[in-house]
Amino acid sequence: MTENGAILRTSEDAILRVCDVRKSYRSGGGMLEVLRGVDFTLEPGGFAAVIGQSGSGKSTLLHLMGLLDAPDSGEVHLQGTRIDNLPAARRDRLRNTAIGMVFQSYHLLPEFNALENVLAPLLVRHGVMEWMRVRASARERAQGLLERFGLGERLHHKPRQLSGGEMQRVAIARALVTQPSVLLADEPTGNLDEASGAGILDAICELNQRDGLSIVLVTHDAAIARRAARIVRLAAGRVADA
Amino acid sequence: MYKLLLCWRYLRTRWIALVCVASVMLGVATMIVVNAVMAGFSHEMQTRIHGILSDLVFESHSLSGFQDPKWHMDEIKRAAGGDIEGMTPTVAVPAMLSFQVRGQWLTRQVMFIGIDETTHSGVSDFGTYLQHPENRRQLSFSLRDGGYDTFDSQADGKAGENGPTRPAMEGAGWPHRRMRVAREKLWREKMGARGDAAGQPARPIDQQVDAVLAATTGDGSTPATANGSTADSSTPAKDTAASRDPFRAARPEEGDTMDPAKEQFTGIVPGIGLASFRDSDGVDRFLVLPGDDVKITFPTAGTPPKAVSDTFTIVDFYESKMSEYDSNFVFVPIAALQRMRGMVDPQTGIPSVNSIQIRLKPGADLNVVRDRLRKVFPAEMYAVSTWRDKQGPLLSAVDMEMAVLNILLFMIIAVAGFGILAIFFMIVVEKTRDIGILKSLGAGSAGIAGIFLGYGLFLGLVGAGVGLALGLAITWNINTIRAGVEWCTGQRVFDPSIYYFSKIPTIVNPFTVAWIIAGAVGIAVAASVLPALRAARLHPVEALRHD
Repeated sequence: MTENGAILRTSEDAILRVCDVRKSYRSGGGMLEVLRGVDFTLEPGGFAAVIGQSGSGKSTLLHLMGLLDAPDSGEVHLQGTRIDNLPAARRDRLRNTAIGMVFQSYHLLPEFNALENVLAPLLVRHGVMEWMRVRASARERAQGLLERFGLGERLHHKPRQLSGGEMQRVAIARALVTQPSVLLADEPTGNLDEASGAGILDAICELNQRDGLSIVLVTHDAAIARRAARIVRLAAGRVADA
Repeated sequence: MYKLLLCWRYLRTRWIALVCVASVMLGVATMIVVNAVMAGFSHEMQTRIHGILSDLVFESHSLSGFQDPKWHMDEIKRAAGGDIEGMTPTVAVPAMLSFQVRGQWLTRQVMFIGIDETTHSGVSDFGTYLQHPENRRQLSFSLRDGGYDTFDSQADGKAGENGPTRPAMEGAGWPHRRMRVAREKLWREKMGARGDAAGQPARPIDQQVDAVLAATTGDGSTPATANGSTADSSTPAKDTAASRDPFRAARPEEGDTMDPAKEQFTGIVPGIGLASFRDSDGVDRFLVLPGDDVKITFPTAGTPPKAVSDTFTIVDFYESKMSEYDSNFVFVPIAALQRMRGMVDPQTGIPSVNSIQIRLKPGADLNVVRDRLRKVFPAEMYAVSTWRDKQGPLLSAVDMEMAVLNILLFMIIAVAGFGILAIFFMIVVEKTRDIGILKSLGAGSAGIAGIFLGYGLFLGLVGAGVGLALGLAITWNINTIRAGVEWCTGQRVFDPSIYYFSKIPTIVNPFTVAWIIAGAVGIAVAASVLPALRAARLHPVEALRHD
């Protein structure tokens, strides 16, 4: 429900919908209100960039959409189903199957090589016996994705042996290996030099344009945001314009 | 699947976790070795105790004993039903053993035990502890014509493979006796010649000691001399003083015709610890040998008891490897002891005994038979006890020692557990971001906890596995290790002269080993529970932001 009591109906054509979400964090002795009633909708195949200053709440919004955190109030819907109030196990399952996430700091597992990092979501999904059954096809898919991002020669390299751009491409491949409904990218070029960043951005745009993948991209850089079909500007925890 | 893979990767890459593995390994290995050695000692000790004590001991409270052992044995058989395999009567009294070494008289306090040479070996392992192979087959209190073992026949490995450790036993028996008599004869002649020269009659040391004994005990008799192979073949008393003393009369008369080079006194089998000591080279040095004569002073069966002395010939040594027994027991034919103590009724000829040793059939319950006998025989007159009852305090002390030692050693593994706890907390902190990544990929809290519990299980299993291998390797080679340590330090780690074991005995009990491993793995898993819960409760966003 919204503040004025009207029931928000999730339209059939919205793949991701955020309705009046609020989120506060404990800070020092008081509460810091990061999101103050944000509404956001992403259509299937859409590409939205969320832009704002540091501390505007854009990463928090992305975490709420990716089910890494729960809103204090408001609702998050994925493909017509409210997902923010689901039991933990189902939220974990959705994170594993329907949502792909890419972070500014790549967040690869240092114990795994590039191929294993891409396979990680599938390793999380399957038990030992089931894994034995699907291992070959999973490896094939992961390898295909890495080759697509130009990492065919780096399959067995550990993250510390890869450059920043390569690590981010591995992270994108990992987000795509589960064939998610939506890709959430949090400053994916933030830690990269200009050339590498451009390459990553091209890859993300291509995923939207060629594969029709729905993407939400969080960035503080207006130039990057302009690559998206739609820009949502956050300021002081609210949507400034859309 | 990711849990298994990450556990394996953490095990291979987190070297600090090897500290946990090492502490679990050391704890498990130490416990296995200590338990094996303790079990070995305990088993060896129980075997020795049981070897001398038989299954059940039926005894009187009185030193004078009870009359008619045959009637008692029939009654015992009737009360115990078909559980009895064999019985033998014994007489045990405290005594003083005296023998001469290089002109000096040494006196030892002993337990003088009369046994039936035909039946005693049937109720205990007594026969196996003797030094002459023929005596091991069938005990005889007659001196043997040599052939005594020159090595420890109970030691492991091929007999005498490292050369004789008892070279003095080479000539034991009649050859030693003849040589000693010849030497004494020469010495007496020499002393006699010197005495004559000084104008005083020479008095052999034996006679001097006898005179002292007679003065202190009031027994004016001189030592008896046997003229047969056993004490049973007594000769009638000649002098009137002897005929007035029933004990004196019952003993063989010392005659001028007794030739020690051809005859012996009543045979005895003393514990080897009374007659020998082991030097630092592991060679047994003997103060007396089979063939030597000794004097024993013991109380009569009358009231009040009187001390009587007699001369005996050592015919063999008893070596149970229990220091307490081997330096305390002296065995003698029961009939001779009964006669010397006046335990034979002069009218009926029925003897008395102190106790009856009972061996039960295999599988019979000792306690049940003991209780059955206790019901039949009044407790005011008789004591019936199992061999375990007899050594209750000692066995309880060993059990208690093992329990305390196990608790203390388990503390080592508990300390290893705290090590795991601390190191795991450290690893959780170090891996906080990885935990966030896994949660962002859909791993649940239970799965995250499972990684660390599985990791603890892995560490426990690897530590316990390596500890098991190390513990067994040490246990099976403990004597080689002992020799190595002794060689390096020049100090004796295990003194065989205390235990009379040539090697450290070990027994690996699979049940104990299983408990140790289960305990170690359990502690490793338990120690990882708290870090695992902490990891599971981490908030994914906070974990991802962790530096």
